[in-house]
Amino acid sequence: MGRVFVKELTPQEVDHVAHLARLEITPAEREAFSRQLGEILTYVEQLSAIDTEGVEPLLSVFGRADVLREDQAHIPLGVERVLQNAPLQENDQFRIPQILGDT
Amino acid sequence: MRIEDLSASELVDSIAARQVSALEVTDHFLGRIEALDKELGAFLSVFPDFAREQARRVDAGQVTGRLAGLPVAIKDNMCTVGQKTTCGSRILENFVPPYEATAVARLRAQGAVLLGKTNLDEFAMGSSTENSAYQVTRNPWDPSRVPGGSSGGSAAAVAARMAPLALGSDTGGSIRQPAALCGVTGLKPTYGRVSRYGLVAFASSLDQIGPLARSAQDCALALDVLAGLDPRDTTSSDAPYVSGLQADVRGLKLGVPRSFLSDLAPDMARVFEEACQVLVGLGATLVDVQLPNLSGALAAYYIVAPAEASSNLARYDGTRYGFRAADAPDVLTMFKRTRARGFGAEVKRRIMIGTYVLSAGYYDAYYLKAQKVRTVLSRDFAAAFEQCDLILMPTTPSTAFKIGEKSSDPLEMYLSDIYTVALNLAGLPGLVVPSAPVGGLPTGLQIIGRAFDEPRLLSCGHAFQTATDFHQRHPEPSYQS
Repeated sequence: MGRVFVKELTPQEVDHVAHLARLEITPAEREAFSRQLGEILTYVEQLSAIDTEGVEPLLSVFGRADVLREDQAHIPLGVERVLQNAPLQENDQFRIPQILGDT
Repeated sequence: MRIEDLSASELVDSIAARQVSALEVTDHFLGRIEALDKELGAFLSVFPDFAREQARRVDAGQVTGRLAGLPVAIKDNMCTVGQKTTCGSRILENFVPPYEATAVARLRAQGAVLLGKTNLDEFAMGSSTENSAYQVTRNPWDPSRVPGGSSGGSAAAVAARMAPLALGSDTGGSIRQPAALCGVTGLKPTYGRVSRYGLVAFASSLDQIGPLARSAQDCALALDVLAGLDPRDTTSSDAPYVSGLQADVRGLKLGVPRSFLSDLAPDMARVFEEACQVLVGLGATLVDVQLPNLSGALAAYYIVAPAEASSNLARYDGTRYGFRAADAPDVLTMFKRTRARGFGAEVKRRIMIGTYVLSAGYYDAYYLKAQKVRTVLSRDFAAAFEQCDLILMPTTPSTAFKIGEKSSDPLEMYLSDIYTVALNLAGLPGLVVPSAPVGGLPTGLQIIGRAFDEPRLLSCGHAFQTATDFHQRHPEPSYQS
């Protein structure tokens, strides 16, 4: 896709991104993000001046891909330690509010 | 000689020779923290009892090793088992890791004594350590100024001699920039040199742990212990690491990207040039190198780093650990409200940028483009290293700025990383050694090497420090007691 030039995000765009990011935002934040994200996105526009025609993206810093280990059983942390920081737990499980019914 | 005047290497030797006990050394540094840190705010937590217990075990001969009895401070984004790890964030306010970061475990396995955890910009996102949810850290050279960031707590702790060695992490300059602004020596190793296991992830393809200390020699001592493959981090490298310092730069060709440095302020340019000439005086030669796309590095960084951060920080949702907004009627609201209350402004801003550039329709224009620019930058460095052995650059565009000076303008703050971010994008190692002060404030010479060439980098820094005394200068913050 081609160049994208953004000076300021619309309030609708900010709300959409905030939803994707799972962030509740205040009206003041909506306004600030609209401007600040616009500034940052405008700044990074300068990358379009760098010729990347036919260049592969750097997907692994030193080309180490598919690092595998032996398929051996390990002793896991254990339920007590896994749950030690849980905000709320019940019957050795993480307890959360209801999932069904949300939008 | 006072205990705090000894280098890390000298302390280890003195303890081994039983000229001083590990407990005396630990007590001494705990005393300095007690006296100085109310003003400086370098530490988020201090473990007096735990530290003394570790020191006693060294004195009793129960713990031995290459760092036996050496007190160290750890940036609070590395997991310490049984000790809080907050990342400078409300969202991890009460988080006690059930496991230990490999870097921390390696230090402890060699007898190092953990003093405490140091302050940072929340989740290491920042260049001033003003973005911590808990406190501002002050520069020991001038408490009205920032120490740099995000490893500002570690840099300030070493500069004020509250710890002889500290660990930091560097995603875009977070070890090197505060090292320069606080007048200490800091090493960002090659990506993969040090395991990232247990380092709270910010941008996984850029993050790297490294030491801050008083000299290249002390950084080498630390890297000897930190370096190596870790099965728990698949990006850690098995590239051979040969320790050993040589204070000899004769015949070395040092590249200077002059065209990129034309904007440097006159005073900063002068001290950079003086530092280069010190190495010339020791027998190195300077060559002009071209890094034609370096000016695009910061823009690429501010796509890649927030993108990866937005993904890494998705885990903070109030479910398994950390802060949870307790008043949410359903789980989606719990996620959103937890994150809204748990994260600070800069972290939210970066999550928003990262989410935007990865969102449908924008991925190719931003993230993919930036990843291609990383390849271009890597090629630029590779071409430059065909003409030279190491590259020299300044570390920062200015000395330490005033607290509050840049906090209202995110983009202005980002520009303080202009000379450091390219190394992270290309995975290369960089060492910062103190160079001549400007207006009484420290500056740093940045020495950049080929991947996995830390011994040469450290040797060059060591040679520089045999011919200069900038690394031995230190502020004398006053005791309040």
